[in-house]
Amino acid sequence: MTVSILKQREYLIASIQSNLTDTEVVALRDALIAEVIRHRARGVIVDVALLDVIDSFVSRSLTTVARTNRMRGARTVVVGIQPAVAAAMSQFGLQLDGIETALDLEAGLELLDA
Amino acid sequence: MTSRGHAAMNEIRVPIASDADAVTARQHGREAALRIGLSRSEATFVATAISEIARNVTTHAGSGEIVIHEVRDGERVGIVVIAHDEGPGIADVGAVLASDYASTAGLGLGLWGARQLMDDLEITSEPGKGTTVTMRKWSGMGVLGIDLDNHGS
Repeated sequence: MTVSILKQREYLIASIQSNLTDTEVVALRDALIAEVIRHRARGVIVDVALLDVIDSFVSRSLTTVARTNRMRGARTVVVGIQPAVAAAMSQFGLQLDGIETALDLEAGLELLDA
Repeated sequence: MTSRGHAAMNEIRVPIASDADAVTARQHGREAALRIGLSRSEATFVATAISEIARNVTTHAGSGEIVIHEVRDGERVGIVVIAHDEGPGIADVGAVLASDYASTAGLGLGLWGARQLMDDLEITSEPGKGTTVTMRKWSGMGVLGIDLDNHGS
């Protein structure tokens, strides 16, 4: 599996271990929604530090996760976007609507605790 | 934009028939861009653009091919990416590229994004005769005017 999802207190932490195909992105999207429901999580952190590319499909999937989780009172925080990936997303015009971002995992947990 | 000059790097051909092929294509594109002399950030732009046009190939045509090669123009070096398919084609290419972000969806969004990320992008398409997307990125044009490569990861 190229993604691991761990539970820490009332949060879930998903670490993406390698670049994903669209099929794997869909599986991740569905797992993030299902696991938040199953664990009654209050927040989910998605660590994308190892992703070399965040394109429209990944962006849209993360937005779907955030929108759905919000209905369950859970926050979605994306952490670790690489500088070059951030620049590409910005140039593209991709927006992570409804998603909070933080520099890294630690900052993400602080954000959820705040 | 001119594409005069000769390709010094061997052409890379990646058959596109699945989403895994799209990942392969964008990895080849990134590596080729770096080898040619584009910055890490520029290579990321190229890889992201390839991801979009490869998805268009699998989604709208089922399969096709992406060809990557080097281009030189005087002192400038750049990368050329060509995506070709034999799919249904696009009836109104102009409308796809002219549309603004808010009104794009599916095919349009990917092409629109690729055009923002590359220095130029052209589409040749006719209904029933497939689609060819040719896009280039030159080294040294920078991204957002920032040297991101020296700011850690």
